Amino acid sequence: METTMSTAADSATTGGHEAPRIAINMDGHRETAPRNAAKARAEGLSFHYGAHRALKDINLEIPERMVTALIGPSGCGKSTFLRCFNRMHDLTPNTRYDGAIHFYPDDFNLVAKDVDPIEVRMRIGMVFQKPNPFPKSIFENVAYGLRLRGVSNRALLEEQVEAALRSAALWEEAKDRLQASALTLSGGQQQRLCIARALATRPEILLFDEPTSALDPIATAKIEELIAQLRDQVTVLIVTHNMQQAARVSDFTAFMYLGELVEVGDTSRIFTNPSKKATEDYITGRYG
Amino acid sequence: MNEPKRPMPAGPATSVGMFASLRYRKARDRVVEALLLACGMVAVFITVAIVAILVSESAVFFEHVTLKEFLTDPLWTPLFADAHYGIMPLVAGTLTTTFVALAVAIPFGTTIAIYLSEFAPHKVRESLKPVLELLGAVPTVVYGYFALLVVTPVLQKLLPELPGFNMLGAGIVMGLMIVPFVASVSEDAMRSVPVYMREGSYAMGATRLQTALRVVVPGAFSGIAAAYILGISRAVGETMVVSIAAGMQPNLTFDPTQPAATITAYIVQVSLGDLPHGSIGYQTIFAAGLVLMIITLLFNVAGFFLTRKFREAY
Repeated sequence: METTMSTAADSATTGGHEAPRIAINMDGHRETAPRNAAKARAEGLSFHYGAHRALKDINLEIPERMVTALIGPSGCGKSTFLRCFNRMHDLTPNTRYDGAIHFYPDDFNLVAKDVDPIEVRMRIGMVFQKPNPFPKSIFENVAYGLRLRGVSNRALLEEQVEAALRSAALWEEAKDRLQASALTLSGGQQQRLCIARALATRPEILLFDEPTSALDPIATAKIEELIAQLRDQVTVLIVTHNMQQAARVSDFTAFMYLGELVEVGDTSRIFTNPSKKATEDYITGRYG
Repeated sequence: MNEPKRPMPAGPATSVGMFASLRYRKARDRVVEALLLACGMVAVFITVAIVAILVSESAVFFEHVTLKEFLTDPLWTPLFADAHYGIMPLVAGTLTTTFVALAVAIPFGTTIAIYLSEFAPHKVRESLKPVLELLGAVPTVVYGYFALLVVTPVLQKLLPELPGFNMLGAGIVMGLMIVPFVASVSEDAMRSVPVYMREGSYAMGATRLQTALRVVVPGAFSGIAAAYILGISRAVGETMVVSIAAGMQPNLTFDPTQPAATITAYIVQVSLGDLPHGSIGYQTIFAAGLVLMIITLLFNVAGFFLTRKFREAY
C-alpha cells in the first residue's frame, strides 16, 4: 500500500516558525517535538477478531500536532483502526494485533504484547461517538483522570480542571455549576466535557471516534471549531462519517475501504484530486 | 375506549361485514381488558384485606392495652400470669438480627456482584449464577438448623460464653441466606450500566477495579440500594432461622450474643399454641404483625426515595 505522506508533510511545514510545544506530563517530564514530525506510525498493522481479519496491513504516519482524519464507508475498519491506538480491543476477548504502531519520540510499539494497555491509555486519550460523561459532578468528571493518576491536592485539581475546561471551551458555561451533575448538561456540552476530561491528563494523541454523530448542527460546529484549535496542543486522529467535516477540520485525510488503507494525503488534495478511483468514487458519493 | 365517534367514510370500502368485524373486535378488546383488570384487582384486594384484618384485630388489642404501654413497656410476656405488652423487646430482636444479617449480606453480596459483573469471564459467570440462585432455593428451615448445629458451635469456639441460642449465629446465617439475592439484584444493576460508560473509564487509563468502584458502582447505585432494601425486607420478615436458632425469649437487648425473640418468631410461637380465639394473647399476633408490616413499609418507602434520588438517566 503506497502512502503519499511525504508530499503531504512537505506542504504542511511551510509555516516553519511555530513555537515548540512544551508538554508537561504529570511526572514533570518535559519534551519538545517539532510540529509535523511523526508522532505515531502504523507499520504493517493487521487486526483480527477471532478468525476475521478486520484490518489488513496498514501503513500510516500520524504527524505531531496535526489533525488526521480517517474516512470510509461503514464497516471499512476506520473505528477498528482508531481503537488500536489506545488498545481498546484488549477489552474484547479473542482479538489479536499483528505488525506495529510505533509511538514517538520514545519509539516503542503500542500494540506489542508486553506493553501495558493502561500505560498506553494514560498517554493517548479518546472521545467517543456518544457523549459518555460519568454520573458524577462536572468537576469530578474532568478530575477523573488526574485522580486515577493519584493527584489529590485540591488546589492542583482545581487548577487543572479549569485549564482543561477552558481548552474545551466549556469553562464559561460550567464555571458556576462545577458541582452539578454532568448529566444536566446538553449533548454538545457533554461532548465538550468528555473532551475536557481527556485533555485534563495532557494526552499526546487525542482520538475522536465520530464525535459529532449524536449532536445537532450547532453543537457540531462548536466541536469542529474546538478540534481545529486543539491541534496547537495535541495530535488529533479523528474518524468521521461526514466528508465535509473531514474537509473542514483535518490537515491530512486517509481513506479506508474493506479493512485496507487505500490512500492518504493532504486533505485538500484528497478532496480535489484523489489519485485512486475508489477514493474518488467515495468522496463523490458513488458508494458508502 | 372513549374515542370520539367518527362518521364512517362512505364508499365501496365500507361494507357491512367490515363494520361488524370492527364492532366485534372492539367488544373482544373490552372483555379482555376487563379480565386483565380483574386479575390485577385480586392482588390489590388481597393486600387491602390483609391490612384491614391486621388493623381491625389490632384495634381490639388496643382496647385492652394502651399505645403507651405497648411502645414503652420493657417486657413482652403476654402469655404469663403477670402479662406485659411491651413490643420493644421483639423490635430489638428483629432489628439486631437484621443488622447482623446485613453486616454479612451487604459486603459479601456486593463483592460477589462486582466480581460477576466486572471481572468474571463469561463462562465463570454463566456457571456461578445458577449456583447462587440454587442457594436461594434451599428451604429456610435447613438454614435454621445450619445456624443452630454448625454456625453456633463454631462461634462458641471463638466466644466460649455464647449461649446455644443467640442472635449472632441466626443473623449470620440469615445474612448468608440473602447474599445470593443481594448479589443477583446488584449484579443486574451493574450490568445495566452501559458499555460506553465503562469504555470512557478504561480510555482514561483506569484499571478494572477503578472502573468498577468509581464508575460502575456509582452508576448502578439506585439498583444496588434497591437490592439492599429488598435484603432488609427479607431479613425483617425472615421467620424460620430466627425461630430455630435465636431462642424464643423476648429480651430487650441489642447485644447479638444474647438469645432473643423477633416479631416473626413470636408470631410462630403463639400460632403453634392453642390460644382461644378472641383472647388477648390471640390478639397480640395481629398487633405484632401490624408492627412488622409498618417496619417493612418504612424501609421500602425509604428505599423508594433513596433510589429515586440517586437514579441516573442514561
